[in-house]
Amino acid sequence: MPFWLELVIRLVAVLAAFMVLPLVVGQTEHKVMAHMQGRLGPMYAGAYRGWAQLLADGVKFVQKEDITPARADRPVFQLAPMIALLPYLLALLVIPLGPNDLVAQPLDIGLFMVLAVVGIGILAVLMAGWASANKYTLLGAMRAAAQLLGYELPFVLAAASVAMAAGTLSLSGIVEAWSPWWLLWQLPALCVFFIAGLAEIRRPPFDAPIADSELVFGYMTEYSGLRFALFLLAEYAGIVVIAALTTVLFLGGWRGPFASEELGWLWTLLKVGAVSFVVIWLRVSYPRLRVDQLQRLCWKVLVPVALGQLVLTATVTLLT
Amino acid sequence: MGTTYLASYSTLGFLLVLGVLVSIAAFAANRLLRTQAPSPAKQTTYECGLDPVGDGWAQMQIRYYVYAFLYALFAVESVFLFPWAVVYDRPGFGVTAAAEMGVFVAVLALGLAYAWRKGVLRWL
Repeated sequence: MPFWLELVIRLVAVLAAFMVLPLVVGQTEHKVMAHMQGRLGPMYAGAYRGWAQLLADGVKFVQKEDITPARADRPVFQLAPMIALLPYLLALLVIPLGPNDLVAQPLDIGLFMVLAVVGIGILAVLMAGWASANKYTLLGAMRAAAQLLGYELPFVLAAASVAMAAGTLSLSGIVEAWSPWWLLWQLPALCVFFIAGLAEIRRPPFDAPIADSELVFGYMTEYSGLRFALFLLAEYAGIVVIAALTTVLFLGGWRGPFASEELGWLWTLLKVGAVSFVVIWLRVSYPRLRVDQLQRLCWKVLVPVALGQLVLTATVTLLT
Repeated sequence: MGTTYLASYSTLGFLLVLGVLVSIAAFAANRLLRTQAPSPAKQTTYECGLDPVGDGWAQMQIRYYVYAFLYALFAVESVFLFPWAVVYDRPGFGVTAAAEMGVFVAVLALGLAYAWRKGVLRWL
């Protein structure tokens, strides 16, 4: 296959995954939350049980007026939604779907790259909150900065534990090194990574920066129309990326009980779907953490557990 | 494709360009489809329907500068941790390498314990 054709196929595949998976997660969230809370979810768009609700939302958002507050810092305000969204697109590039290099671009330091680009999200939040020149957005952005500052640490340390166990930073290499035994001795790291990941993407119960009952809508208060839609899309893309990372690092990626070679992509998607479901489930189940509780959980529980996991991983790998 | 080091990273660059192009296309579509009727009332800062009070860039106390220090320390630590994590169990490294990193992490953990003891990990 010619070089350029292959490149285009890879890029378009990533873009397609980026357009489709977050929408599937979003629609699932509407429906799952409706069922869990005993209420009616979207039922009309698309004629069959509201399957096209998010497409309808998209059509609505794209027709809405683009309002920038008069006192806002215009360029920064308008750029922020794109900065929020693009890191997740880049992260999807290196996440392996199946064995034998079924990945858009294998990178030797894929894990490091993903952690680095996911960390960019905070920049978008600070830009949005500050440039809006609004007290609620400023408070939301400051809360988000404090939260992401803290939770970045256990997130990265838990990922380092996996890198130690696998002896590689390549995401495909990590899945190849994975064995079911990891579910047991990497369990603390799994819990720390998942909880810190939830906080990274500011999902409930870690949504103090948005906190719709206190801060209107946190750092997104002033946004409307397409820019607001991009922020929402970034949230769902964040769920996909965090779920995919949890799957690849801790749950064995494309490894399944049978036919891992042929059906690897299916196992990966199933696991990503299951983890995303848990993310949605947690939103329905837990109340929002207070700001001081957030920091206490991070520095006094997650960071020590992650450091302990590093010691455990080092000991086990050196002894076996 | 992907045979040389730089080629594998060029995909990243191309994807970024593609992402930017798609966003530009989305905003161009938005420009064609949207209504445009600006008014001063619409563009005021939102404060729950009342006229905004004072400046939006209000002064506020940032309570977590100590967290920021701690974060910088541990972030640098974790950058050191990743290259080490890949090689430490290969032949020629072994227990010595692990012990060295253990000392390094222990010093930082001691710092965290000290901060905890001093009570700076409490959000006032």
